[in-house]
Amino acid sequence: MGNRPLSDIFSHAWPDYDPGRYFCELTKPRADAGPVPTWLAERLAKIGLTELRGRAAAAETELIDLGITFTVYSDATAIDRILPFDCIPRILTFGEWDLLERACKQRVAALNLFLGDIYSKGQIIKDGIIPRELVYGNANYRPEMQDFPVPHGTYVHVCGIDIIRDEHGDFRVLEDNARTPSGVSYVIENRHLMLRTFPDLMAGIRLRPVDDYGRRLRAAMSEIAPGGLDDPQVVLLSPGIYNSAYFEHVFLAREMGVPLVVGSDLVVENDRVYMRTITGLRPVHTIYRRLNDDFLDPAVFRPESMLGVRGLIGAWKAGNVAIANAVGTGVADDKAVYAYMPRIIKYYLGEDALIENVQTNICREKEGLAYTLANLDKLVTKPVGESGGYGITIGPRASKEELETSRAAILADPAQWISQPMIGLSVAPTLSEEGIGPRHLDLRPFIITGKESWVLPGGLTRVALKRGSLIVNSSQGGGSKDTWVLADDFGKGGAP
Amino acid sequence: MRFDTVLLARDAEGLFWMARYLERVENLARLIDVTQSFESPGYETQAWFGLIQINADEKNFEKRGFSPDATHVKRFYLLDKGNPTSIPANIEDARTNARTLRPLMSTEMWRQINVFHRFVSRILPEDLEGDALSRLCTKLKDGVQAHTGITEGTLYRDQGWYFYHLGRVIERADQTTRMLDIKYTTMLPRDGEAKRVAELTQWNAVLRAGAGYHAFKRHARAMFSAEDVVDFLLRDPSSPRSALLCVRRAEAYLEDLRRIYGLSRANEPMEVAEYLREILTEKLISHILATGLHDYLDAVQIQLQRLAAAIGRAFFRDWRPDEGQFPAETLDASQSQSQSSGSAQTAAPDYPAGGKAEALA
Repeated sequence: MGNRPLSDIFSHAWPDYDPGRYFCELTKPRADAGPVPTWLAERLAKIGLTELRGRAAAAETELIDLGITFTVYSDATAIDRILPFDCIPRILTFGEWDLLERACKQRVAALNLFLGDIYSKGQIIKDGIIPRELVYGNANYRPEMQDFPVPHGTYVHVCGIDIIRDEHGDFRVLEDNARTPSGVSYVIENRHLMLRTFPDLMAGIRLRPVDDYGRRLRAAMSEIAPGGLDDPQVVLLSPGIYNSAYFEHVFLAREMGVPLVVGSDLVVENDRVYMRTITGLRPVHTIYRRLNDDFLDPAVFRPESMLGVRGLIGAWKAGNVAIANAVGTGVADDKAVYAYMPRIIKYYLGEDALIENVQTNICREKEGLAYTLANLDKLVTKPVGESGGYGITIGPRASKEELETSRAAILADPAQWISQPMIGLSVAPTLSEEGIGPRHLDLRPFIITGKESWVLPGGLTRVALKRGSLIVNSSQGGGSKDTWVLADDFGKGGAP
Repeated sequence: MRFDTVLLARDAEGLFWMARYLERVENLARLIDVTQSFESPGYETQAWFGLIQINADEKNFEKRGFSPDATHVKRFYLLDKGNPTSIPANIEDARTNARTLRPLMSTEMWRQINVFHRFVSRILPEDLEGDALSRLCTKLKDGVQAHTGITEGTLYRDQGWYFYHLGRVIERADQTTRMLDIKYTTMLPRDGEAKRVAELTQWNAVLRAGAGYHAFKRHARAMFSAEDVVDFLLRDPSSPRSALLCVRRAEAYLEDLRRIYGLSRANEPMEVAEYLREILTEKLISHILATGLHDYLDAVQIQLQRLAAAIGRAFFRDWRPDEGQFPAETLDASQSQSQSSGSAQTAAPDYPAGGKAEALA
């Protein structure tokens, strides 16, 4: 450790920085972080605010020039936006990452076992762990998948798990994303940007690398290809340039070294999938699709979809092509099922969840309902079927009338509701209009699974750039940070 | 060395068109610059309207509410994003294609197009005024030429590279012949020595528009004639923009696709290119001028369109051996694009049923 404690450096250089009651990911002392937070604080102070702002602006220009953007369409105009990048990294220690990594693998293992079960015998339902209608009545349950096992039992080949940190610094899972989670390209691009723009912040700090993602993804896609092929043809299926995540599709196709195709590039004949090339049709063995289930095959799902491939599901059922993620994974990352995840993990793995859910009260259950109704003013209530924040009541910020409306709605159909305590998301120093201020953040690690699971070190740290805001989504003023996973374990006996 | 890298038909087409859009931008910028710098005083309107004629834009120009004067022509080509033949529209199309082609392009190529696109989308009316216009044209040419250089230095030379270059040389030949056609037919009628001087000025401008002024001077007789200029622009073996050189390049690219990559489908477009080369070389220029340059250039342009269409049929469409013809008109209009906005989202074309799929390993 340096001579001056971290808090001294910080209060000297940034006297107004006050994380309040929230867990600060930089200034909160952590035994196994070693000297890194102090170094970072010293280096930030040395660079100074003006220079930081100048370099941050240059970094954003770089993102625009490189087209690392998502496109927002309004009326006739297309606007390219960048995901705002904050140059002060978020640090995860060796020990924290060890826990996160194991927890992510555990969760993905449980998700895959759950999907394998409900799409075959449904033992977990027979055993009364999860209500039947929650699974088979779920809009994202796909009967097409019933009794069609998948290679290695893997349904969720790419998973993104949203994890937050509460006031005590404890990690909690907020949400599973088991369909087509996005954001991984920013993890890698953010690191490259940091290396180019802030080499002096990073000097001498050993980090777990993030470069391996494309190779790992390609390997997993090869592992699930049908028929033991030596070098199966993998493609990435994108909805096309008008999709807001198109940059990421390009990025991943490049990193994997596979063609980026759109629906019209593919054709199914005799239950085999081909792509149209200048030399004619060439077989395709694995499709990493970034297209939702309902658009995949107009013959099976939405008949008007022009983005998909007619006959694709038939080819899959015939065993001639692998699709990742598998169809029908949405039933596992649903809000209602989320509430049962701790029990699902216990049921299949015989273990407690390594990282717990945010405490969730299930109103379809007697106890959960009673607790929710008694504490409406302290809880956040959410309808299970909705997404995007619709129908949510935030107890501590709601009026009497709003609370009564909410009570009536819950009583009318308790099965449609869950409730959770309000969580004070952790914060990290972030370049902001007032200088360097605390901003709330979350973390989305990415897990790739073919035969086995691999977790990209770190993940996407999203940060709410507005002061006091808890909403990290890019559509609502969120940005991202580089996520540093320390390669050295400073916890046991100091620096190596 | 493996030569079986996969090239999607859609991407081959995208490369072909991206090159064409950018080539159009460079040509148009040069033409505007030349028109500005070498216009004949008193004949400005006619000179500027010549640009509209070269691009066969008369109807479009009128429909968009412009009147035939210098200011409006400049705006039509430099500011009007709604005019599909304008420089901003061509850059937009080129970048849209670049987005779909991003997986095949180097980061440097993509970055340059991206930055160039931003520059072009910010052209203002005052950039078209007075001496600013020539500077703007220089920047536009620089932009495309930077693209060309980066492409030369970084684009991986597999099949895709050939399709890109086929697009470029076909567009270039098309532009050269269009320019020559209009400039020649709109020569100002004068008499005697005045005629001779006026024509000389105009031929010089034509050579500059074809980026061949200095090279021509090195070769030409002191008292050169119209014949010499036409000969130079159409069939000089060394001028990078002569129609003949472009056609010879196209033949060579097609030959490489066939020989190196085993693409026997190159045969049909090669036949067209060969025929085109014959048209360009068989007749004496004096004979062409005597029987009508316009009709002759028309014939050349039709063959260029046939060549593009043949390449499209051979490689860009959903083809399979021994099966269905594809309607030629889908690719015939060389001035209309195929690969820009929307194609990534459109449905698969209807498919003749019952065909035998051939999978090339």
